[in-house]
Amino acid sequence: MAAPLGRLNRVHLTQVIVPRPLAAQSFLVMRLPTTPTGTFMRRIVPLVLLALLVTLAGCNRATVDTGKNAEAAKSGTTGGSRAGDFGPPQGEPVKAVLTSPPAVPPATGRTAPAKVIVELEVIEKEMPISEGVRYTFWTFGGTVPGSFIRVRQGDTVEFHLKNAPDSKMPHNIDLHGVTGPGGGAASSFTAPGHASQFTFKALNAGLYVYHCATAPVGMHVGNGMYGLILIEPPQGLPKVDREYYVMQGDFYTSGKYREKGLQTFNMENAIDEKPTYVLFNGSEGALTGDKALTAKTGESVRLYVGNGGPNLVSSFHVIGEIFDKVWYEGGTHFQENVQTTLIPAGGAAMMEFHVEVPGSYVLVDHSIFRAFNKGALAILKADGPDVKAIYSGKEVDETYLGDRASANLAAVATAASAATAGALTVDEQVKAGQALFAGTCSTCHQANGQGLPGVFPPLAKSDYFAKDPMRIPDVALRGLTGKVSVNGQDYNSVMPPMSQLTDDAIANIATYVLNNWDNPGGRVTKEQVAQRRKEAAPAAVAVH
Amino acid sequence: MRLLLLLAGLLPLTAWASDGDGYVRIPPGDFTSTLAYEDARGPVRIAPFGIMRHPVTNAEFLAFVNTHPAWRRDRVAPVFAGPDYLAHWQGPTRLVPGDQAAQPVTRVSWFAAAAYCEAQRARLPRWLEWEYVAAADTVRHDARADPAWRDRILAWYARPSSSALPAAGAGVPNAYGVRDLHGVVWEWTDDYSALLVSADNRDQGDPDRSRFCGAGALSVADREQYAVLMRVAMLSSLGGSDTTMSLGFRCVRGLP
Repeated sequence: MAAPLGRLNRVHLTQVIVPRPLAAQSFLVMRLPTTPTGTFMRRIVPLVLLALLVTLAGCNRATVDTGKNAEAAKSGTTGGSRAGDFGPPQGEPVKAVLTSPPAVPPATGRTAPAKVIVELEVIEKEMPISEGVRYTFWTFGGTVPGSFIRVRQGDTVEFHLKNAPDSKMPHNIDLHGVTGPGGGAASSFTAPGHASQFTFKALNAGLYVYHCATAPVGMHVGNGMYGLILIEPPQGLPKVDREYYVMQGDFYTSGKYREKGLQTFNMENAIDEKPTYVLFNGSEGALTGDKALTAKTGESVRLYVGNGGPNLVSSFHVIGEIFDKVWYEGGTHFQENVQTTLIPAGGAAMMEFHVEVPGSYVLVDHSIFRAFNKGALAILKADGPDVKAIYSGKEVDETYLGDRASANLAAVATAASAATAGALTVDEQVKAGQALFAGTCSTCHQANGQGLPGVFPPLAKSDYFAKDPMRIPDVALRGLTGKVSVNGQDYNSVMPPMSQLTDDAIANIATYVLNNWDNPGGRVTKEQVAQRRKEAAPAAVAVH
Repeated sequence: MRLLLLLAGLLPLTAWASDGDGYVRIPPGDFTSTLAYEDARGPVRIAPFGIMRHPVTNAEFLAFVNTHPAWRRDRVAPVFAGPDYLAHWQGPTRLVPGDQAAQPVTRVSWFAAAAYCEAQRARLPRWLEWEYVAAADTVRHDARADPAWRDRILAWYARPSSSALPAAGAGVPNAYGVRDLHGVVWEWTDDYSALLVSADNRDQGDPDRSRFCGAGALSVADREQYAVLMRVAMLSSLGGSDTTMSLGFRCVRGLP
């Protein structure tokens, strides 16, 4: 270790607290360990300034020791674990405040390394995983994800892992923030009704996943045994108005998605990486409705987002927001102006954004089927007055008809009301059919019904329809695939069923076609179409 | 060495009643453990033995405590039983009235379980003996290849142990006529402390060899059998004076 003076200076250097003027003397004064801790957090400035300040200090050879930190700072890095030891813990041991998700413990506010006691209990308990669906979770602290732990770089953490007496399984913990084999796993293997203790020094700042590592590891993780530990950099993190704790996990149940009752873990699906659920904070609806995260417009929000896995990598995105900053991978540096950030299984990230406009912002895994079909969805509800200059809300809501003129669709409405009244004439059907034809059929068969030779058969003067007018509704209902001969020419193509058309619409279109372009005339009624639809005839493959 | 002992047990093979005293006769057989013993690759000959039809109940253990007061929870030496030993009883020699008498005894240390069996002129089963009998389902002596067998075991792991235990012997008998090997309580084995499974099993391929010697060097031969691995992990997390709310035992007798 360095001489006392050196060590003192090194401690100072890593605790850059800046009141507001950036003059070197003034921050040196402020960095004395006697600085009241209460004011600490209120005085932090964004991380960006750190590099600048440390560089300043590094230049001032007269007053600053060139310790490991200073050397590291000069090279533009934090120095990693080699610069993370600020000496033995000072003062009385502190009991860490642990919080259940989505809450985050307050900043440590410490300016010197402390001995921090963390007590975490493993609890196996049945909880809802979705509405009416129960699952036996294995938890750190009774929640999924487990309790959030917050310490400061350089702290000595005395970790107590307790396994509840009514647990069935032994458990342990691997903290990714621990430097040492297994991350504490081998030292914390704990039988039910027992407690283990081990101690580590938090050498690297960052946001780290912790998880159970007892065999079979994937099953323990898959049952919810993970959480986050934040190791604050010495200067703390920039002040924000709100902090939330969100963690994604994938779950493998024997029953299908939302199948009711108690569901058991399914190892086959886990090995195949085919989750039944992908969830934020351990259950569908953990962060929606009354339990949605909240903020007010004008506030800044920091999310601590982890991914427990066991298998999936998260494409984390907040619909309607852009992350002003993402401390990607939970490390020291941030990227700015990010839409979606990748969070690996067993990894984490911090992200910050400023809420401008009120409304519901949806947190999703943008591997989007997971959000809408497996549960990976949460809500952040922002209250406040509208800010129309930034986001107007809906200004126009009108029908868009493409090449279908709105005047013609009036004919459809007329036909519809006439049909309701039981007084629908052929003429009304033809007019309505013309309007509908323009939006649907004319694309291929052309507005004049001539089709395209060799590609789309003509509807005009069609011998195919002349043989049986009901072929028009049949083809519309079922489509037509394969060889067909019309007016002496062969066609071999695919027309899909027009399943979006109602019986009414098909009847009108057929009547329109029959009464135009030298076709034989006549009428197809809605009832006839309904009857043809009901007949489960095989798809029409026409052979002439 | 263990193999020799087991083979030695084979020699005095005599007919032995299967019932009446609560023990079921288990025929000899060749058995391949899920655990890969360093000194016994392939099948091991299992000598015939008798095993209790169901786990020891609270009432049975109370009778033992009454005749062996050194094992009362208020008199036992702490080195033999931890502070939670029999803590679920109403008093040192008194059960909670109602269902408790018929439920499997739990919160017993290995030392207490071994003493109980000794008092019955019996002993705790060796791991291989226990695994041999527990490999059966209701119709087959070795059902381990059947995923349904494994799923039934895992279903129990997935249930919290906070709910009340059923009465011992309430389960369906397996092909040998033995009940409740799975799905009710964990059970001590005589040689549980030889099950040296690494506390952090992710160091596969680079285990701390110095920790494992002789018969204790174990790994799982069949990766599919993680249900068994979890039981071994459970036992290996314990010390001899430890007790848990879901750990009981039953005894075996070598044949005379």
